[in-house]
Amino acid sequence: MPDKVRFIIERQDGPNEKPYNQEFDVDYRPGLNVVAALMEIQKNPVTVDGKRVPPVTWECNCLEKVCGACMMVINGRARQACCALVDEIKKPIHLQPARTFPVIRDLLIDRSVMFESLKKIQGWVELDGSWDVKDAPIQNPYTAQTAYEISHCMTCGCCLEACPNVGPQSDFIGPAPTVQAYLFNLHPLGKFDAPKRLNALMEKGGITSCGNSQNCVEVCPKSIKLTTYLAQLNRDVNKQALKNMFNF
Amino acid sequence: MAKDMSKKKIAIVGGGISGLLATIKVCELGGEVDLFSYCPVKRSHSLCAQGGINACMDTKGEHDSIYEHFDDTVYGGDFLADQIAVKGMVEAAPKLIKMFDRMGVPFTRTSEGVLDLRNFGGQKHKRTCFAGSTTGQQILYALDEQVRRWEVKGSVHKFEFWEFIKIIKNREGICRGLVAQNMNTMEIRAFRADTVILATGGPGQVFGRCTASTICNGSAVSAVYQQGAEIANPEFIQIHPTAIPGSDKNRLMSEACRGEGGRVWVYKDGKPWYFLEEMYPAYGNLVPRDVASRAIYKVCVHMGLGINGENRVYLDLSHIDSGYLERKLGGILEMYSEFVGQDPRKVPMEIFPSVHYSMGGIWVDRVHNTNIPGLMASGECDYQYHGANRLGANSLLSAAYSGTVSGPEAMKWAKTGNKGSELSDADLEAARREVQNEYDKILTMNGSENAHKLHHEMGDLMYKYVAIERDNNGLDACLVELKKLLKRWNDIGITDHSPVANQEAMFVRQLRNMILYAMAITKGARMRDESRGAHAKIVLENGKQKRYLWGATTNAL
Repeated sequence: MPDKVRFIIERQDGPNEKPYNQEFDVDYRPGLNVVAALMEIQKNPVTVDGKRVPPVTWECNCLEKVCGACMMVINGRARQACCALVDEIKKPIHLQPARTFPVIRDLLIDRSVMFESLKKIQGWVELDGSWDVKDAPIQNPYTAQTAYEISHCMTCGCCLEACPNVGPQSDFIGPAPTVQAYLFNLHPLGKFDAPKRLNALMEKGGITSCGNSQNCVEVCPKSIKLTTYLAQLNRDVNKQALKNMFNF
Repeated sequence: MAKDMSKKKIAIVGGGISGLLATIKVCELGGEVDLFSYCPVKRSHSLCAQGGINACMDTKGEHDSIYEHFDDTVYGGDFLADQIAVKGMVEAAPKLIKMFDRMGVPFTRTSEGVLDLRNFGGQKHKRTCFAGSTTGQQILYALDEQVRRWEVKGSVHKFEFWEFIKIIKNREGICRGLVAQNMNTMEIRAFRADTVILATGGPGQVFGRCTASTICNGSAVSAVYQQGAEIANPEFIQIHPTAIPGSDKNRLMSEACRGEGGRVWVYKDGKPWYFLEEMYPAYGNLVPRDVASRAIYKVCVHMGLGINGENRVYLDLSHIDSGYLERKLGGILEMYSEFVGQDPRKVPMEIFPSVHYSMGGIWVDRVHNTNIPGLMASGECDYQYHGANRLGANSLLSAAYSGTVSGPEAMKWAKTGNKGSELSDADLEAARREVQNEYDKILTMNGSENAHKLHHEMGDLMYKYVAIERDNNGLDACLVELKKLLKRWNDIGITDHSPVANQEAMFVRQLRNMILYAMAITKGARMRDESRGAHAKIVLENGKQKRYLWGATTNAL
């Protein structure tokens, strides 16, 4: 292993500025990941040409692959930067912002659209209140296990970045928010409002915009079986459409 | 549209579990919330809590009782926690769990479909409810969803990617608002509020490498401390015994590993030595965290028995059935594989203690009021519930419970408190201008120091002097060094002058707050001449023999 790792970073000074590349060398050490490398650049923001520049801007919080913040495009693939180990990826390492979302600066992007989509699919249980009611309903442990899997979705946006149907050409809200509807439809109290969520998914940008390209399931950092649940939801939405039509 | 002026406005800073539950409570009582956060609240640090949440559900035939949960908590905290506050928390715990269950937290279940329970450190009964090994993430998400619902109804206004800078007091000294800065546009704004609740989490970043997220810098706590809020017990910093050491962060390996049967060992005379089981037969590997951390420290640093002579010991799960492990600990085992490149189902993990949690923080009364009227604190940033040390899986509980107390109390203050004079537009502008001036000044700093390097140095200092073992000479030396750091802060040079997402300038401001909080921790440790809970002080006996200066209770283990 060479003692330096080369990073080629696509930078952008502001939302409406033109992107440009800058290259940095970072001292190699075992276990180095992309976020740790960006932190090293913060300590000494000098390009390979010896130019002192503003440090690279990006978003990160937990560095444990649970918060979803540090998603970026690394060597052409959307993923979390904190668990992208330098040892395991091709060098030089290319970092780009996930341009499915508006770029704020450098690798920092605006993913608020995903949280807005969670409003559209009504991603919550209609609780009467946070007060004591009585015992919560017993749940089938197998169903609960499925719910647990889907509930790992950290709204990172990898699946939206990878999906060919998410972008200016389509209204598709993307795999992650869509599949969240399935999560709440599984819950014993959440399922009371399943028809509302299914109807929401019939609207523009809903599940009919999914082109079944299956890219989402390939990139999901939490290995959520997105395509399986999209298919299941598609069935549920069709059933709901029939129910609506025949009024039962 | 005409604004309903009768609605009470509560500003909540921090969107972790405590802040979100307080938000829900305020909304249910008819209030309106301005919710400030460094990040989308769904990315708050609460989601790093792995192992579970304690509540006496008593569904495992072990005759667990709320009294025993109370007793374990008070005992674990070395009798420094307010026992009446603790009583309220442990009594509410089972109800909170049922509420979370209704909200859709996917807790792990038994074959009968009821909530499963697991063992946790410092407790002799199965009392910990869990959602695999990502309990914090699941609880945070459920609350995030409920808050989104209130957002749709118009009761919550989120200010995500806004940094809290300081509170605004009226001329009577009562907190009536705050100043915050947009982290992307850099806009600085002053906000009115009837009550302000800080729920900003812990100060882990003061130690540099820790198990906390990068956003857990204690900056907000330090800011209000400088404005007159009292701090209590800052010296009690929990060191978690089992973390994966890393240069960017120490990643937590949940206590659930030990709860599910994991064993801690090193080689001694060529054979595995299960030193916790030998030293503490009653609890074995499930001794409280401070005891485990000190034992590991002793074995590595004082006895030189760490793996390959390094500061690491084995945490072994490889004897446990891999299907069982997958079901109970899947998430974190995957994390270990991912970050270390080895499979903990097959080979023992290598771990070492790391700074993890702050028991101390802003002083609050039993209903979470600080000493500044109109300012409340809740969650890890307050000092309530854990005394000198926290039991594993009591942090999610205290985060949740404190939110259910601070929220309603904030509304009560907003409605009936003696709030004094209103802030005029001129007051707001003056507060905004002050912060603007400070920020503009940071942008002109052109010295020779790099803020991130200073931060790194501070972390090294704190680990050296104020971590597992402390002594007065070291603490004095640390204070001197911290004062030097504070001075060097003035000589920072800024390379980033951008008006967009200027993370460097914001970090410089945070760093000053962090250094001041580091001094509070160190000073607290210096003044407390005893060993208690997580605070272990060493004295020289007869001028040479080192020994711990023990409080009354820890010897009893």
